[in-house]
Amino acid sequence: MGLELLTSILFATVMAGTPLIIAGLGELVTEKAGVLNLGVEGMMSVGAVAAFAVAFFTHNYFLAILAGMGAGMAISMLFAVAALTLMANQVACGLALSIFGVGLAAFVGKPLESMSLKAGTPIAIPLLEKIPVLGPALFQQQSLVYFSWVLLAAVAWFLYRSKPGLVLRAVGEAPVAAHAIGYPVVRIRYLAVLFGGAMAGVAGAFMVVFYTPLWVEGMIAGRGWISIALVVFATWRPLRVLVGAYLFGGCMIAQMFVQASGVELNVPSQWLSSLPYLATILVLVLISRNRSNIRLNSPASLGQPFLPDV
Amino acid sequence: MWLKFEQRTEPSPLMSYLSPAIAVGLMLVSGMALFYVLGRNPFAGFKIFFLNPVKDWYGVSELLLKATPLMLCAVGLSVGFRANVWNIGAEGQFLMGALAAGGVALHFPDSTSPFLLPGMVLAGALGGMAWAAIPAWLRTRFNANEILTSLMLVYVAQLVVSWLVHGPWKDPEGFNFPQTQMFQAKALLPVLVEGNRVNVALFIGMGALLIAWVFMNRSFLGFQMKVAGQAENAGRYAGFSSKRTIWLGMLAGGALAGIAGMSEVAGPVGQITEHISPGYGFAAMIVAFVGRLTPIGIFFSSLLLALLYVGGEQVQQHMQLPSAISNVFQGMLLFFLLASDVFINFRLRRLARRQ
Repeated sequence: MGLELLTSILFATVMAGTPLIIAGLGELVTEKAGVLNLGVEGMMSVGAVAAFAVAFFTHNYFLAILAGMGAGMAISMLFAVAALTLMANQVACGLALSIFGVGLAAFVGKPLESMSLKAGTPIAIPLLEKIPVLGPALFQQQSLVYFSWVLLAAVAWFLYRSKPGLVLRAVGEAPVAAHAIGYPVVRIRYLAVLFGGAMAGVAGAFMVVFYTPLWVEGMIAGRGWISIALVVFATWRPLRVLVGAYLFGGCMIAQMFVQASGVELNVPSQWLSSLPYLATILVLVLISRNRSNIRLNSPASLGQPFLPDV
Repeated sequence: MWLKFEQRTEPSPLMSYLSPAIAVGLMLVSGMALFYVLGRNPFAGFKIFFLNPVKDWYGVSELLLKATPLMLCAVGLSVGFRANVWNIGAEGQFLMGALAAGGVALHFPDSTSPFLLPGMVLAGALGGMAWAAIPAWLRTRFNANEILTSLMLVYVAQLVVSWLVHGPWKDPEGFNFPQTQMFQAKALLPVLVEGNRVNVALFIGMGALLIAWVFMNRSFLGFQMKVAGQAENAGRYAGFSSKRTIWLGMLAGGALAGIAGMSEVAGPVGQITEHISPGYGFAAMIVAFVGRLTPIGIFFSSLLLALLYVGGEQVQQHMQLPSAISNVFQGMLLFFLLASDVFINFRLRRLARRQ
């Protein structure tokens, strides 16, 4: 296997993992506040179509990412109102958000179906890009790839080193106690849901602006759900989200590995395409097998509605 | 805030029936607003979406045709949902049922046996159950979340269908289209009225509703499932097996989704293609919720969701809007339902102004 090939595989793995990191970290923060939002797939879809539309008409990719973020936040508000203010079942609300978001994206995106964009230009980081193999794979990347690393650091710092992060975790672990000492539980959960929506929107924007540069209905293809699985896989720890995302990214570009191996494998492409989904199931099994591990690490109030003053 | 939610001492039964009606009303209002935003006449939109599809008997028969798979999937899902078993992979189980039944049909192209169709129904049920058994086993044995595993298997099922129709099962005389041969006449469900497409699967669906009603309301096992859903700890204390609940919930959903898949390939589609389901497995979740997880409710809500499908096609034809508008309406309906459900357990109270 040539070094160049190794570089391109690494590059593609990072590209495939990036939307999962961004959406996964967003969902992680949401879940840390005790809210299980299963609507990531819908939020990513809506973010993607909004970003694509803006990129298509303005050619301004920064604006496009902002549009994706805004759209993700806007649609996450539907979930927040139903699940937080109206205390509806969070699983059902998340499903509703996924169905609605995917449908809305397909509807709005119909006129843009199969249009394509010029892929965003990569940004090279001086000096680091010169490192053999790793340089071209990691440091001549798209802006949002760097963003995903900064986001990881920011989320880890926020959750474990800042006071607001401590409050957010308190809300997720013991909402009644947090409420009793005067923290606005529902408002904090709203913010956490909005953050999750924003990040899912950015992840969707990454998909259409940098990853495939085109819009096709159903192109998110379960990445939102995989991001949710990733949070479980990471046992709610930010750094492990990154590790897991690259593992899944590797599964998604399995096709490249097969070519790289040089072996004439006669495997139908659909089998290779099903790898990320099967891998998701496998890691869920491996992680969940240890019941106490899940119980100790998941936020204690995850999925439970909170009604002040009861 | 001058208003706040106050817990009712008992859930309001009136609201639990009224809530779907409110949700439908809100969906209609916002749907008409959507037509207005899109620059279409909202009343014309309403007429084309909701009235045109059922203006003649043929329309009604098409509605029943589309309601059948929804009814089948939803009634199976409702058994699990009642016990808090979140099988959201009915779409995948539907596809696997379709494949299993279709496999039987393709394997016996010349059979004239009267057992061919019953065999296909059985194969469909088994195919769906096999696919549902995976998340059930992973949940009971390894504690893996069935929401995520059952959903991942939807994507896998879609890829299996795609592989088969592009590869081993492709019709050799099909001009390279990704589809199987058309099923032979004996492998197609008989239609009820000549000239319409609605077929005997409708009776299978009604039968499933009846069996589900008896099971949920008149059997001890059904009672255990309800207890498991409404008061998990009470169920455990009474010694009801939670593993059995999960298995039963998943398998019921899988079997009926599989039969629904069979009814599509042996009904209106007549072969296996990549597009046998316009998302029936997902829409069925909405059917189950809107129908309050009760068989009678599911009967009516499956008609409603079928209307959303047919209406979407009409709007595409007559108003040049994408038929994905159906999914937008579906999503809105579920959101409004979940939102108005708050009034089952809570009521609004005016707060006294703070001095």
